[in-house]
Amino acid sequence: MSGLDEPGGLELSTLATAAASVLVLVGAAFTLVGSLGLVRLSTFYERVHAPTLGTTLGTGCIAAASMVYFSALQTRPVVHELLIVLFVIVTTPVTLMILARAALFRDRSEGTPEASGRREADA
Amino acid sequence: MSTAVLAWSIVIAQLALALGMACASFRILRGPRAQDRVVGLDTLYVNGMLMLLTVGMRSGSTLYFEAALIIALLGFVGTVALAKFLLRGEVIE
Repeated sequence: MSGLDEPGGLELSTLATAAASVLVLVGAAFTLVGSLGLVRLSTFYERVHAPTLGTTLGTGCIAAASMVYFSALQTRPVVHELLIVLFVIVTTPVTLMILARAALFRDRSEGTPEASGRREADA
Repeated sequence: MSTAVLAWSIVIAQLALALGMACASFRILRGPRAQDRVVGLDTLYVNGMLMLLTVGMRSGSTLYFEAALIIALLGFVGTVALAKFLLRGEVIE
């Protein structure tokens, strides 16, 4: 088994490498957009959405790229990345819900105006 | 030729993921409240896990997959524990 960084000796089909390249780039772009949303959005309740959506899609695409690449490399179907996809898809909404509930509880108990749905600028 | 395209795509993807990790670190350092830092930590975990997957593709070894799986598991457990702490003030009651 040889890696991409070592010169020579590695021949993969053009279709598999093209599919893996596109999937890995799209996945990284999704993840980057989600992480940028963490910086750009103004309140916590907006911020909590961006990384969860972006990283779920990004994980799906990059894991699919990894599956395509290793299936081409080992000339047999390699699907164990599905475990990561399944786990991330199940756990990400749970973390979003529990974090939003914790933040709402904290804001309500302190009487912060954000908890009533208004923005910082209106308050 | 086509493997070179894939290698460069993976390098670009790693740069994008590193930028995402920088954004998450900015949110951890900046705050302003504890829940913002927890969201930043969660994003940092997922970005690091995806970075390990791309490193595994570059090296052609499936070992990195197992490390990524463990990071995904521990990241979820850590985020839930921190959210529970924010909610109640203690993790195990």
